[in-house]
Amino acid sequence: MNLHEYQARALLKAAGIPVPDGDVATTPAEVEAIARRIGGRVVVKAQVHAGGRGKAGGVKLAATPAEARAHAEKILGMSIKGLTVQKVLVVPAADIASESYVGVIVDRASQRPVFMVSPAGGIDIEEVAAKTPEKIMKLAVDPRYGVLPHQAMRLAFFLYKDLGQVRSAATIMQRLYTAFIQAGGSLAEINPLVTTRDGQVVALDAKISVDDNELERRENIAALRDATAENPAEVKAREANLSYIKLDGAVGCCVNGAGLAMATMDLVKFYGGEPANFLDIGGSSNPEKVVAALEIITSDPNVKCILFNIFGGITRCDDVANGIVAATSRAKLKVPIVIRLTGTNEQLAVDILKRAGFSALTDMDEAVKQAVRLAGRAA
Amino acid sequence: MSIFIGHDTRLVVQGITGRDGSFHTRQMTEYGTRVVAGVTPGKGGQRFEQEVPIFDTVAEAVQATAANTAVIYVPSRFAADAVYEAADAGVRLVVCITEGVPVLDMTRIMPYLTERGVRLIGPNCPGAISPGRAKVGIIPGGICREGRIGVVSRSGTLTYEIIHQLSQAGLGQSTCIGIGGDPIIGTNFIDCLAAFEADPDTTAIVMIGEIGGTDEQQAADYARERVRKPIVGFIAGQTAPPGRRMGHAGAIISGASGTAAEKIAAFERAGIGVMKRPADVVQLLAERRITA
Repeated sequence: MNLHEYQARALLKAAGIPVPDGDVATTPAEVEAIARRIGGRVVVKAQVHAGGRGKAGGVKLAATPAEARAHAEKILGMSIKGLTVQKVLVVPAADIASESYVGVIVDRASQRPVFMVSPAGGIDIEEVAAKTPEKIMKLAVDPRYGVLPHQAMRLAFFLYKDLGQVRSAATIMQRLYTAFIQAGGSLAEINPLVTTRDGQVVALDAKISVDDNELERRENIAALRDATAENPAEVKAREANLSYIKLDGAVGCCVNGAGLAMATMDLVKFYGGEPANFLDIGGSSNPEKVVAALEIITSDPNVKCILFNIFGGITRCDDVANGIVAATSRAKLKVPIVIRLTGTNEQLAVDILKRAGFSALTDMDEAVKQAVRLAGRAA
Repeated sequence: MSIFIGHDTRLVVQGITGRDGSFHTRQMTEYGTRVVAGVTPGKGGQRFEQEVPIFDTVAEAVQATAANTAVIYVPSRFAADAVYEAADAGVRLVVCITEGVPVLDMTRIMPYLTERGVRLIGPNCPGAISPGRAKVGIIPGGICREGRIGVVSRSGTLTYEIIHQLSQAGLGQSTCIGIGGDPIIGTNFIDCLAAFEADPDTTAIVMIGEIGGTDEQQAADYARERVRKPIVGFIAGQTAPPGRRMGHAGAIISGASGTAAEKIAAFERAGIGVMKRPADVVQLLAERRITA
């Protein structure tokens, strides 16, 4: 789960990291009031879960409260990468002397939290890593001890010469690590960490991504989820305990297991079609889950054919068949459906489907080929 | 022979009285696995289906039954501690089926296990099966067949699909292992490649990867240097969009890294036969003169 910038800022502030004044708003009038309170030049920043906000026109500098309001009128409601901007953050325009990057991620290869810092801040860190790797210092943290003071100092010396700034940055890094652990983060970054003209070290922009597996034990973090900032079908899927990602193709896929779901999408493409979605109904699926899955797939107007691919293990094929029959008796399908199932209780499932007027295949390639052909014909 | 599990496996089931634990304990016993003990705190002294003794702690279970392998079916909020408990009790192998273990917990679990010389398979995995010998986890026994192909995979049902293709073509398996779909896992591809290479009863290896991370790329480099047995591989997620978690916590393309294309290229550089679709597995093995 990604947090909004304003939420990440609040977590850093709570951990004792200096962040500039600022507030979040949902209306132009609020933006004007915040800008007036802050005084001077402000920046109005769209709060959406998408990179490239600046390029999309979602980040604007304003000299006066009236100008801030005018920017907010344009930014609120605008669409950035398909997501509608509902909130903006208003912060003072900083007087920046230098920008650097500080981040901590869970590194898969070393199986540890790893700090990455770079004096080349304010830009895409992956680009820095690819083009000028010598401008990045990495440090793996032993999670049993956390980031030690001398480790934080070493990272900070890579960024600054002035000892006062080095000490400030080292403290910020230790606090960032604490905030990262407390949030159950998979990533926490300050980009940029700036020095101001008067020598202060301040976190100007913050990003925190939380490991979804942490949410059960961190109610305060789970409460930060902003469902209005997500695709409605994906929200519905999550509530039904399904994993769904919308794509742009015409073959709606419903599969048990994430790996098989990806392989099914790939096979759709292999046979010349395009998948409409990724959808994993999970392991021990009951008929209700299948009903919810069908509702989500059929709500996508691009779907021209529905493809079920079920390999029964813990998932029982008869449960899936019952779900298909229940869903289609409630709301008649407007597009053709191709069903492939094999494994646990396969014969029971075939009988259930036959009685309801459906046919079923047992071969994955055959099913995908048929679905691609049907989707193409409808288009 | 087989790898990690076999005739000498003596299994303790953590969470044996739970919904998943009891169901799969029955399946494992029916398959012929020696399930010597179960653990559910508060139910020590009882028996599972009049047969398997239940203990309050894994330590007692290991002491009383000489269990050497633990399998975990407990809910996610108890799973990390269940791994520590199994390691402390002295088993040599822990298989964690449970999904939803926080990745930060895994960063602490891994050094703990390494220091104690304990192997972990998973979490968030279907476990392992050595056909005809033992099954630890949830891989359906019915689709497997005794034989000489080693199968290792980050997926569950996709693995079943490929095992099914192998078995139908008469290609049995020495051991099939699902290593799990999380970003940090106990046993990776390289561990399995090394074990299959050393196993005299394995003649060829099937490797099923997916988008996210660099485990497959590193395994390909390792295979080129150190594995002489033929390998064929598949990568799921060629059509996956970047930045989105595809069901598995670890199946995510971060920026430009972890794509199917770079993994397939690494396989090709290492001489691994790349399946374009799961059904290609039999043909690719036949091209390497592996027919049974």
